Amino acid sequence: MSNPNELRYTKEHEWLSAAEDGVATVGITEFAANALGDVVYAQLPEVGDTVTAGETCGELESTKSVSDLYSPVTGEVVEANQDVVDDPSLVNTAPFEGGWLFKVRVTGEPDDLLDADAYTAFSAGN
Amino acid sequence: MTTAPRLTALDALHRSLGATMTDFAGWDMPLRYGSERDEHNAVRTKAGLFDLSHMGEITVTGPQAVDLLDYALVGNISTVGNGRARYTMICREDGGILDDLIVYRLGETEYMVVANASNAQVVLDALTERAAGFDAEVRDDRDAYALIAVQGPESPGILKSLTDADLDGLKYYAGLPGTVAGVPALIARTGYTGEDGFELFLKPEHAEGVWKALTEAGEGVGLIPCGLSCRDTLRLEAGMPLYGHELTTALTPFDAGLGRVVKFEKTTNEGRFVGREALEKAAERAETAPPRKLVGLIAEGRRVPRAGFQVVKDGEVIGEVTSGAPSPTLGKPIAMAYVDAAHAEPGTQGVGVDIRGTHEPYEVVALPFYKRQK
Repeated sequence: MSNPNELRYTKEHEWLSAAEDGVATVGITEFAANALGDVVYAQLPEVGDTVTAGETCGELESTKSVSDLYSPVTGEVVEANQDVVDDPSLVNTAPFEGGWLFKVRVTGEPDDLLDADAYTAFSAGN
Repeated sequence: MTTAPRLTALDALHRSLGATMTDFAGWDMPLRYGSERDEHNAVRTKAGLFDLSHMGEITVTGPQAVDLLDYALVGNISTVGNGRARYTMICREDGGILDDLIVYRLGETEYMVVANASNAQVVLDALTERAAGFDAEVRDDRDAYALIAVQGPESPGILKSLTDADLDGLKYYAGLPGTVAGVPALIARTGYTGEDGFELFLKPEHAEGVWKALTEAGEGVGLIPCGLSCRDTLRLEAGMPLYGHELTTALTPFDAGLGRVVKFEKTTNEGRFVGREALEKAAERAETAPPRKLVGLIAEGRRVPRAGFQVVKDGEVIGEVTSGAPSPTLGKPIAMAYVDAAHAEPGTQGVGVDIRGTHEPYEVVALPFYKRQK
């Protein structure tokens, strides 16, 4: 399992892309997707919602359990991935690509986001 | 106090296959090897291989073995033929269900009782206590057996290539001693998936060899190893109860909609059996004024009902979900639930499940959700 170097990560197992024109993409990591099992339902934040770093903004439901989705940053949601809503298994098959969850115009971010190496070490210890 | 989980004879094999393991009733068991949905679909369309060594085997032997079983259990075990099996239950004096069981008759005076892993000790203790006064021996055989199940439409073909036993002559709910891949096994045509399939009781030291032989024999027809996660969705689709969910000590078999397993017309012990008086009353209650009934629920949306969620109608709580999961076969979330008899009729309108504060619409249906084509 490799975590892309260009992304940053939270201890809640979300990833965050570098912002382009102030907009960053959010997803959950492969580690999290594997731990969840087959994702069958995704409730994502809606366009226009304000999300806050470290607070819940949706939920991911798998065969066995439901998990809260946390936002890694603060900002306004500009897009939710309709492909994932239609086919939640994308979260399992392509967590870093087609299985991204939402895009957010970042207005604030916490200072404890992890780089790929730090996240790999963190998730290996879980 | 924490105790280390028990490991089955196949533990190293599961880990080498990359299984996600989970604690289940004190055992470390495979939850899934890859995708639980793929495992589920393999059992429905091809074949799946399960390690069920956590189940509790108890051997009952002796001249009065059958008298003891008739007294201790709610079924009429006297009518089980040699080589046949029976689904039954063990109840308390007050009629509450201690466990659901399968009893295999292995010989004239030899029976094997298979209990759920979580209840194995309770059943063993109850049978031992109830054996007082009977010329019968109750033996804890939990360590004597590993249990491997091969389930799914391809399972007869797979097993045939490894055994001389007459599988065509082996009926559903029957078992016979034979050899599988050269080692002795009790071969039973039972399972918990809603599909045709077999359960193989063998010595733990033979488990790995038989697992590998089955894997090899099933390679060309799509057999894959399967974990407990898909076993749960398979049994749920098949409408089969799970102890701790649909069955508890708080319910009698009649409350659980399984009154048919209780046989009052027993010939042994002058008809006496543990729980008889309470169960007679429960039968009458179920006939005249059933409080709640076990029904199926199919979601119109995609949110999944879980055990303990409330079933609602017109703002009133009318029941409780006992098991729920996304159904791979139906492509929708499904659940079993106990609902007030007045709302239990299939097609009842306006029923919902409270999923974290939102009332999601559900359709009331008869169980099971899935029945295999024969």
